[in-house]
Order: sequence, then structure tokens, then C-alpha cells
Amino acid sequence: MEQRASASLWEWANPVKFLRLTEWLLPWVSWGAAICLAVGLVWGFFFTPDDFRQGSTVKIIYLHVPAALMAINIWIMMLAASLVWVIRRHHVSALAAKAAAPVGVVMTLIALVTGALWGQPMWGTWWAWDPRLTSFLILFLFYLGYVALWEAIENPDTAADLTAVLCLVGSVFALLSRYAVLFWNQGLHQGASLSLDAEENVHDVFYLPLLVCIAGFVLLFVALLLLRTRTEIRARRIKALMARERMG
Amino acid sequence: MMPDLGKYAFAVLASYGASLALLAVIVWASLRRARKVRAELEQVEARRDAKG
Repeated sequence: MEQRASASLWEWANPVKFLRLTEWLLPWVSWGAAICLAVGLVWGFFFTPDDFRQGSTVKIIYLHVPAALMAINIWIMMLAASLVWVIRRHHVSALAAKAAAPVGVVMTLIALVTGALWGQPMWGTWWAWDPRLTSFLILFLFYLGYVALWEAIENPDTAADLTAVLCLVGSVFALLSRYAVLFWNQGLHQGASLSLDAEENVHDVFYLPLLVCIAGFVLLFVALLLLRTRTEIRARRIKALMARERMG
Repeated sequence: MMPDLGKYAFAVLASYGASLALLAVIVWASLRRARKVRAELEQVEARRDAKG
């Protein structure tokens, strides 16, 4: 029974089945993302009070925290997909990792930009070589390197192999950006905004809209991932058909 | 309706503006490429079918 379940999971690595399933799934996920983002951002921006220390800048939390969370988790997703490629040679997983990377670039950029805009009035500086900020900047450079490597290599299988190695190395920085505040105490960046510890967690009035925004960012990522992976599968098919055409 | 953002108005509005713009760019670029590649695949498949 267990073996059948795992076998059926791998069936979705078949491009035709993947395209069929995602055609049905994509509109639902896209609408879910649009609704969660609209509700979360409007709730957070218009209907939450100012923080007693940070004033109205607390409203940046609804963009900064979900984007930073996604930046790290997209890289972890890319690592998992790359490992599936390396171990089982499923093309859809390699293409999914490729498709996710530009979304990761945007999420990291949003986290860096909103962080700088939030940092300036709070810390008096746009940027500091703080452990979390620095590891995030390195993660951003890894994302750019990953995208560039895919574009630079002609053979898609070689590109998938090499980017998988890059992904494995970059995972150190993805995890470091998550846990940097725990390793070093000298940074400017505060601890985690979301925590199981009620004392450390943000207040409920900010927490609930933040959760809706996080759900919106996760769903947006899934929608973009499905859309972009479908595109990569089709682009690969075009290459294969063109090659067959050239051979006569 | 618009909340009073006080002296932090620039930081808050710039954060929302930049983030929403970046999200719009990635959604637009993904949709644009999806349409382009889909049309290209249809063309290539039609050519293949015509050749038999």
C-alpha cells in the first residue's frame, strides 16, 4: 500500500500528467493567492494600529516577513527538487527548481528593499553588515548566480547537474539567513517575528493579518511555480521537436 | 480612509510601492513567457503534424 502511494507520487513527475493536473489546479491557487494577498495587505495597511515603539513602520511587516520567509523556503524547495533530479533524474523536478529561482530573486529583493526602508528610520541606517542582512545579501547573489548558470549552459541536463551543486552550496546561506540571529548576538536585526514563544511573538493584532499575508505569498509562489514549470516543460518540448526537425 | 502614517510615510509607502511593483513584474513576465512559449509550441506541433 505504502509502495503504491509512493509510486503514484512519482507518476506526477511525468510531464503530461503534471500539465494535466496543474491545468486544473492553477486557477484555484491563483485565486487563493489574490484573495489572501488582498485581504491580508488591506487588513494590515488600513485596519491595524501603529506599534508603540515603531510607529506606522510596523505596517512593513506584512511585506518584509512573508518575502523573507519565502526567499529562504524557495531555496530549500529548489534544493529538494535538485536532489530529486540528482537521485532520480526526473526532468520535471529540475525544471521546477529552474522555474522557482526568479521568484526567489524577487522575494529576496523585496526582503532586502523593505528591510532597508524599515531599517533607516529605526536603526538610522539603510544597511549594516549585520549577520542576517549579510547572509541575505549573499543568498541574493546565489540566486542571481543560479539563474545565470542555467542561462549560460546549453545542455539542460548539464545545467541541471551544475545548478544542483550550486543549490547545495547556497543552502548553507539560506539556513544561515534563517538562524543567523541565533548564532551571533551582535547584529542589529531583531529575533524572529513569528515564534511559538508567546512572549517573543508579535501581538495578535499584527499576527493575524500577517498570517493571511504569509498564506498569500505562499499561494502566489505556488501559482507562479506551477505556471513557470509548465512553461519550462513546453520550452523543453519545443527544443526536442526542433532537434528532431533538424535531423530530418 | 488613508491611515495617518506620520513621519514614516515615505518608508511605508515606498515599501508597499516597491514590493507591489516587483510582484507585478514577476507575474507579468511569467504570464508573458507562458503565452509566448505556448504559441510557439503550437506552431512547432502544427508544422510537425503537417509534415506527417
